[in-house]
Amino acid sequence: MSTSSTHHIPDTLVSPLAKRLKSWESLLLVVAVAIFIANCFASPYFLNAWNLSDATFNFTEKAMIAFAMALLIIAGDIDLSVASIIALASTAMGAAVQAGVGTPGLVAIGLATGLAAGAFNGVLVTRLALPSIVVTIGTMSLFRGIAYIVLGDQAYRGYPESFAFFGQGYVFWVISFEFVLFAVLAVIYGVLLHKTNFGRSVYAIGNNPTGALFSGIRVQRVRFVLFLLTGLMSGVAAICLTSRLGSTRPSIGFGWELEVVTMVVLGGVSILGGSGSIPGVVIAAFVMGMVTFGLGLLNVPGIVMSIVIGALLIGVIALPRLWSKLRWGA
Amino acid sequence: MLKRILTARETILAAAILALLVLIAVRFPAFVAPSNLIAVFNDTSPLMLLALGQMIVILTKCIDLSVAANLALTGMCVAMLNIMMPGLPVAVIIVIAVALGTLMGMINGLLVWKLDIPPIVVTLGTMTIFRGIIFLISNGKWVNAHEMSPAFKAFPRAELLGLPMMSWVAILVILAFFVLMTRTSLGRAVYAVGGNPHAAVYTGIDVGRTKFTAYTISGALAGLTGYLWVSRYAVAYVDIAGGFELDTVAAAVIGGVSIAGGVGSVFGAVLGALFLGVIKNALPVVNISPFWQLAISGSAIIVAVAFNAQANRTKGRVILKQAEAAA
Repeated sequence: MSTSSTHHIPDTLVSPLAKRLKSWESLLLVVAVAIFIANCFASPYFLNAWNLSDATFNFTEKAMIAFAMALLIIAGDIDLSVASIIALASTAMGAAVQAGVGTPGLVAIGLATGLAAGAFNGVLVTRLALPSIVVTIGTMSLFRGIAYIVLGDQAYRGYPESFAFFGQGYVFWVISFEFVLFAVLAVIYGVLLHKTNFGRSVYAIGNNPTGALFSGIRVQRVRFVLFLLTGLMSGVAAICLTSRLGSTRPSIGFGWELEVVTMVVLGGVSILGGSGSIPGVVIAAFVMGMVTFGLGLLNVPGIVMSIVIGALLIGVIALPRLWSKLRWGA
Repeated sequence: MLKRILTARETILAAAILALLVLIAVRFPAFVAPSNLIAVFNDTSPLMLLALGQMIVILTKCIDLSVAANLALTGMCVAMLNIMMPGLPVAVIIVIAVALGTLMGMINGLLVWKLDIPPIVVTLGTMTIFRGIIFLISNGKWVNAHEMSPAFKAFPRAELLGLPMMSWVAILVILAFFVLMTRTSLGRAVYAVGGNPHAAVYTGIDVGRTKFTAYTISGALAGLTGYLWVSRYAVAYVDIAGGFELDTVAAAVIGGVSIAGGVGSVFGAVLGALFLGVIKNALPVVNISPFWQLAISGSAIIVAVAFNAQANRTKGRVILKQAEAAA
């Protein structure tokens, strides 16, 4: 979808081949392939099935949240509290472990905490009609603050052996459980956004909330469901991340909201709402995962990678605008 | 008129702060001793400075999440400059700090003005970039107290008429801001841009340029605070003031600044900062773990924004608040 079509509601999902080739997703795919090739040359350790499998952990958890976040941003809202929901859900699971809860119970608690946090955001935004950005800046402090109150400078450990499967298990050879979950969720969210009435209403709300309301869409209910989904996905990510790390600290997943939003925007979703696609987000996840993994193989420290992420976030929005400005001489 | 003063956000907030102080004083009278109140005010000075910068940006319908990173980067730069040139007078260092902060604010402003990128995206991005640059220039090392020159560390602590210089800087900036927001055309333009951008265009105000100026001012204040912060705590490292940008938003929102733009006052933002400052300083006194701080700020943001929304619902949109009050 080109950048000029912010307020364009596509009436058909099948576009001509030429248009598809010029789309943001194709461009992103070219970038992904270029980074893949560059990585192959940059490090002799890159092209190895196990290394590549490890690389997927860089983005699978964030991408799970990014799918739901994409829908939320397309509908014109945003949730900056996702990383804090991870901390809250992880803390809840950690506390449950101390009480002797088993793996199925832990999963249920993780998902329930995510849902509850999402519902809290959703109620504030839809019932009290507050702007989602401030509400989630507030809950971002609140949720992580609760984790800090519970844990202080301590950490929860001692997760059961079977719980490790979600973050460390492999389904088949080098294919990890997380990667399978990522793929399944990508398909689910792709179908939800692109093939259902619900998905159409998400686009409609993002383009024109008043128009959507007058055409019979339950705008507030859809927005509430989107906050629920984002909370739920943060809960899923919390389960995977906690299982992978095997411990809970209140700083878990710190700063992830930025990476998730970057992934969504890099995937071609308009930050102003109304346009974007799940395949775009999937490719963006691969791009970001490979960039961070490639830089990691070259011994670039994490904080320097965050410069790259920040520059990517601004760059992907700035470049098309700069380009059209130069082209039209405005 | 009396009713308006009594129901104003500033009055309610001042009453809340007083009530809070009385509540603490009942159990811990030492907390309200003048010397301790001065210490609380001084400790809150950085937050007041940044909250004013955040306020002017939010008034134009934007947000600046990069202020804390700007502060940290400027602080690291001047600390390293101090190591390289220990003889450099403090006045020059302050000028350099303000200039660096201004430059970073201008980068934000240009991206918002010229490329029309949503403010939240711009400042989320520059926030991480600024933090990353601190790591690059410092190699992740700390600048410690013994490496800084005595004059560099002395300025914010130096006392004048019983108040530390840092408090004086805050008071001067608050007064300057009051004049700027209520007595200059730029102040009017800021309210107009946030209150009704379309109408602002028709009255001949350059909306983009006003946003740019707001970001520049916010950056300049962050730079100034960067020097004060680093010299006061006598340490500079990558993560100083981490997450402080949320406190500045909280202070502004608690002070009655509407996130939708166009509504808010200088004294509101200052009182919002003081409210958070009193809570932060009171927590250890009343024996509550400092780990509660984050959750309390978060709850305060949510309550304040809900309160703002209720207050704004009853009346129509106010573009020029002062003009209406005068009429």
